[in-house]
Amino acid sequence: MSILVFIEQRDGKVRSVAREALGEAKRLASSLGGPVTAVFCGASADGLASLGEAGAEKVLAATHEAFARYDGAGYAAAVAAAVKATSPKLVLFGASSIGKDLAPRVAAKLGVGLAADCTTLEAGGGKLVARRPVMAGKAFERVAFPMAPAMVTLRPKVFAPAAPEAGKAASVEALAFEWDASKPRAVVTGTTGASGGKPDLTESEIIVSGGRGLKGPENFALVEQLAEVLGATVGASRAVVDAGWRPHGDQVGQTGKTVSPKLYVAVGISGAVQHLAGMSSSRCIVAINKDPDAPIFKVADYGVVGDLFEVVPALVDAIKKLH
Amino acid sequence: MLQVVCIKQVPDTETRVKVAADGKSLDPAGVTLILNPYDEFAVEQALRVKEQLGAGEVVAVSLGGAGVQTTLRTALATGADRAIHLRCDTTAPDALAVAKALAEAIRPLEPGIVWLGKQAVDDDGAQVGPMLATLLDRPCVSVVAKFELSGQTAKVEREIEGGREVVEVPLPAVFTTDKGLNDPRYASLKGIMAAKKKPLEERVVDLGPAHLERVAFELPPARKSGRIVGEGAGAIPELVRVLREEAKVL
Repeated sequence: MSILVFIEQRDGKVRSVAREALGEAKRLASSLGGPVTAVFCGASADGLASLGEAGAEKVLAATHEAFARYDGAGYAAAVAAAVKATSPKLVLFGASSIGKDLAPRVAAKLGVGLAADCTTLEAGGGKLVARRPVMAGKAFERVAFPMAPAMVTLRPKVFAPAAPEAGKAASVEALAFEWDASKPRAVVTGTTGASGGKPDLTESEIIVSGGRGLKGPENFALVEQLAEVLGATVGASRAVVDAGWRPHGDQVGQTGKTVSPKLYVAVGISGAVQHLAGMSSSRCIVAINKDPDAPIFKVADYGVVGDLFEVVPALVDAIKKLH
Repeated sequence: MLQVVCIKQVPDTETRVKVAADGKSLDPAGVTLILNPYDEFAVEQALRVKEQLGAGEVVAVSLGGAGVQTTLRTALATGADRAIHLRCDTTAPDALAVAKALAEAIRPLEPGIVWLGKQAVDDDGAQVGPMLATLLDRPCVSVVAKFELSGQTAKVEREIEGGREVVEVPLPAVFTTDKGLNDPRYASLKGIMAAKKKPLEERVVDLGPAHLERVAFELPPARKSGRIVGEGAGAIPELVRVLREEAKVL
């Protein structure tokens, strides 16, 4: 019995969701039992022993030249082989763009259920219950796992990585798996805009979102200035995405992204039900809006009633002075 | 080429949630049901591929209770050629059970492309597409934001953190669609009239044992009520103070 954790990499670098999953696995191992085993898919197994510092006792390395980039079918074959080799009680993935695509494939191969994008795992009496937001956070469901292993993806930024144990090395073993790369498959040929850019909304500590109150796409410069001084990522309401002011990737809400940053600043957003669903699990919410009756003030910790064209530049200046 | 579009009926995004008496489900009273918004992009892209090829058939498939037929008729009115209703009255069935039932219905159709929305806005699972592809043993790209077909190969872009992945996929394949892929068309009056005569086949399916068991459905914890720190630019010093000293986020 063990807990198996999928180690996600991009460009050979282990992503933070993998450390978060290892941290949660280490925490759960005290009630579910260990050890914590990691499974890695990539082109090279170099440096994997250092995952010991993040909580892995053993790393199963599935290496293949095609694994330098994400290959859903290939990774799924490898992770399913790791499950068969270790018979874990629980398999954890980060609910990232890779984890969300990979975990269902592995679950289908194994014929077991999967709880996606979970925000809490409880293991009372050895029985696991996962809590996960549904309807973009308007409600939560708790699910149990009638089959083994339990499969779970964890929402990014919700679970804490383990305190690093400096110098602790994991044992690394090559994983045997069967996968025919010559079969027809989806091949990633490149990426656009992904390297060196700002973090994704779902992985951001601070988000500044703009809405209709900005009156036009050119005024998003104000939101961008505020985001710049805060080190934040820019988000948007559905209204301005539908109006074509911002790309869909920026949308926060029920048909966009659900976010839980440390600080969420809503600028000129009235607060439609579907928007509130996507951001009301943020730790601290600030709303700037000229309408004192706007629904956004009902979820905001701190509100400023006023003309955003005066308030936002004043806020930018005040934050600059802090540095 | 035959294309399949899997669609789901879901509560409208403006729905205010109430928990049903069983404590395990959404109270359906007063809830308006709509076609899952992400599925609109799936239907539209299937129609565009059919138009590009100048031939073929688009089959809409949906699993659920009797009410699902309204949503299937919507897809037919928009341009799908026929529909299959996998009749099943289970409340909130798990994703793998749904994927298995879909795979069984879809496999004999030998589709060139299977389309699904990237996730349903009720359970937010985003699982059925990749599961279905695995069961059908077909290549799959999820969260597709751009799609181009030339011959038997699709060149697509998929949303990832902070950017996009460019992926080449040989058909037959499975794709899940993101918002921004296209601008879905509305059903015309002519389309709505024609939809009434298009074939809609009902098949009763048995989902078998559940792979996941919902033990509770609950509202999120209420947020502590906040406060207005002030009006206009004059409120900024106080706002910065509370963000530093109370919330400790600056």
